[in-house]
Amino acid sequence: MNLHITSYCQIHDKKVVVNDRFIFYMENFLNFADFLKAVYKQEAISYPKFFKMDSLSKLGFLATELVLREKPIGRYCSEEVGIVLSNASASLDTDIIHNDSVKDKSHYFPSPSVFVYTLPNIVIGEICIKNKIKGENAFLVSEFFDGTLFENYVQNLFINEGTAACICGWVELLGNNYNALSMLIEREENMEKTGNQPPWNLPFTAENLNQLIIRN
Amino acid sequence: MEELIEKLKKEVIEQLNLEEISPDDINPDSPLFGEGLGLDSIDALELIVLLEKNYGIKIEDPKDGKKIFYSIRTMAEYITEHKK
Amino acid sequence: MRPVYTIADNIITSLGFTTGENLASIENGCTGLKKVIDPLLYPEPVILSRVDQIKLNVLFEELLAKYDKKTPAAFYTRLEKMFLLSVADVLYQSKADPRDKRMILVISSTKGNIDLLEDRFKATFNHRRLYLWEMARIVASFFEFKNPPVIISNACISGLVAIITAARMIGNGRFDQAIVAGGDIASEFVISGFQSFQALSPVNCRPFDRDRKGLSLGEGSGALLLTSSPDDTAHQPVLFSGGSVTNDANHISGPSRTGEELALAISRAMTSAGISPTEVDYISAHGTATLYNDEMESKALDINVLNKVPVNSYKGYWGHTLGAAGVIESVSSIASLRNDRLYRSEGYENPGISVPLNVLRYHESKKLTTCLKTASGFGGCNAAIVFQKS
Repeated sequence: MNLHITSYCQIHDKKVVVNDRFIFYMENFLNFADFLKAVYKQEAISYPKFFKMDSLSKLGFLATELVLREKPIGRYCSEEVGIVLSNASASLDTDIIHNDSVKDKSHYFPSPSVFVYTLPNIVIGEICIKNKIKGENAFLVSEFFDGTLFENYVQNLFINEGTAACICGWVELLGNNYNALSMLIEREENMEKTGNQPPWNLPFTAENLNQLIIRN
Repeated sequence: MEELIEKLKKEVIEQLNLEEISPDDINPDSPLFGEGLGLDSIDALELIVLLEKNYGIKIEDPKDGKKIFYSIRTMAEYITEHKK
Repeated sequence: MRPVYTIADNIITSLGFTTGENLASIENGCTGLKKVIDPLLYPEPVILSRVDQIKLNVLFEELLAKYDKKTPAAFYTRLEKMFLLSVADVLYQSKADPRDKRMILVISSTKGNIDLLEDRFKATFNHRRLYLWEMARIVASFFEFKNPPVIISNACISGLVAIITAARMIGNGRFDQAIVAGGDIASEFVISGFQSFQALSPVNCRPFDRDRKGLSLGEGSGALLLTSSPDDTAHQPVLFSGGSVTNDANHISGPSRTGEELALAISRAMTSAGISPTEVDYISAHGTATLYNDEMESKALDINVLNKVPVNSYKGYWGHTLGAAGVIESVSSIASLRNDRLYRSEGYENPGISVPLNVLRYHESKKLTTCLKTASGFGGCNAAIVFQKS
């Protein structure tokens, strides 16, 4: 079975790159939410629920939206599209916000819209809701992105679990440190051919995954 | 009452992260749930937090929420009645 | 995919520190849920199932001595102690070697050492322990596991996803054995969060019951050994026959109203196992006792024509143990199969779901071969596993 990365988006170090093309750069911003909002606006993404998300979900959501813009998955059934994401900090960025809301007993107002985001897999939930993805999904945590684990895990989904397309990647955020890499994985025979130029793609191997995360 | 209604509109927009909505977009008598603002179950819970945090009013029975949060005006009326 | 068996296990909760102790308590109709008044956890009384602190410390000191560790007990967090005791018990039962490079440790936790965010712990523990991979590393290095652990953090289905992940890695030949360990603690962080959702019941939770008023939280840890070769074991091997994970794609906290996507996970797990619904002898449900979860779950079971199969939820005994739930509830379900013993769904008196289910009211002995375990969680995720006596 030959699997390929048919589209990727990386959001890191003030820039957004899609399939090796720079599509956004912002030199100065006060906080990370402003950076994400600027990307949202430039890319004309119309999805009001975006503003209810925490920063981790916004980051993962945006990176994946840009991937799926390049390579829409409409031709696949909901149940055969999977999504596997990972990071190092889980939901710690939002955990701190929730913790702050309950630290001071004289000003004790835990917020359900914050608490719900204190689980890293919610970013998967948000992506599934927007794109009607109902297949295999999982959120893994590791200190560094593990290309070998992903290669084995995702290949297995295609071979044994009825997955026909899979979003996978790394969505890491803590304070001012952020790095998101979202990728679409498809079977070689399902890759869309566009004209004479072969569309951007990379074979889905652990080596290519590990290279991609540090490419930009 | 009108002053409270304007204040509430701003607070609701902020508490519920309704980024692309301005106070002028909200009709104080329109239902908050259903169509319109597209609020969901988490928003309903957040409005309960808003009442407690900004007005010191604790809603004992969440089932009362449907009446209280029907519209901005019903919220304002409830606050006026119960504010400590 | 080669067959995958489970041959050793452990449960640590308010009801005991081994699978046997927990089952004995359940057999006697005990529940670990009680009203707790502890301002460090919550300003008002709250129903919780908590692990016995004193016994935890005593057993842990014994563990350190047994493994001849020089590091003092105070170095380890409460959750790490639970994880270590669970894994140690499984290693002891199975004589498996964690240093074997064909062995993998899979950890499941929703919040890990989240209590370390509290001011009272800031001086005693390095903030690195807040990272799940650091907590997992502490557990793995204690036993000298060769491979870095795989960590799953997927809300309430974490435990089942961890078992499914481990089983798939053994099934496709990546590893030969896996220890799956799940754990979470009752913390101010989590209790306050669920209270903001108005999701906590003021009395012991009552899964599927007409008068249910929400969930009750619990804490604990558990572990399972999965292997491709079930030789040399005291326990009767039970097969992991199939598992599947799906997503509702509907709402991040509320479950799907139709239950279709959980139904899909269930039917895929059954297809993987090569069974039809008529072959399912027992269902171990998620049954959190919230209005919506139990309703959704009943619909999902109905879609798969499983509404007459004896079903229970363990949440009435242990509360909802989050990252531990999928593991410990799988262990007790597997034990049910081994012992041909069904346990009452604690807290259930009167039917309270629109699709009638066969909720267990009493403990009973019955010949059992096949069990279906289900779970759903925040983020719209669902998981199902089929276990079978081999």
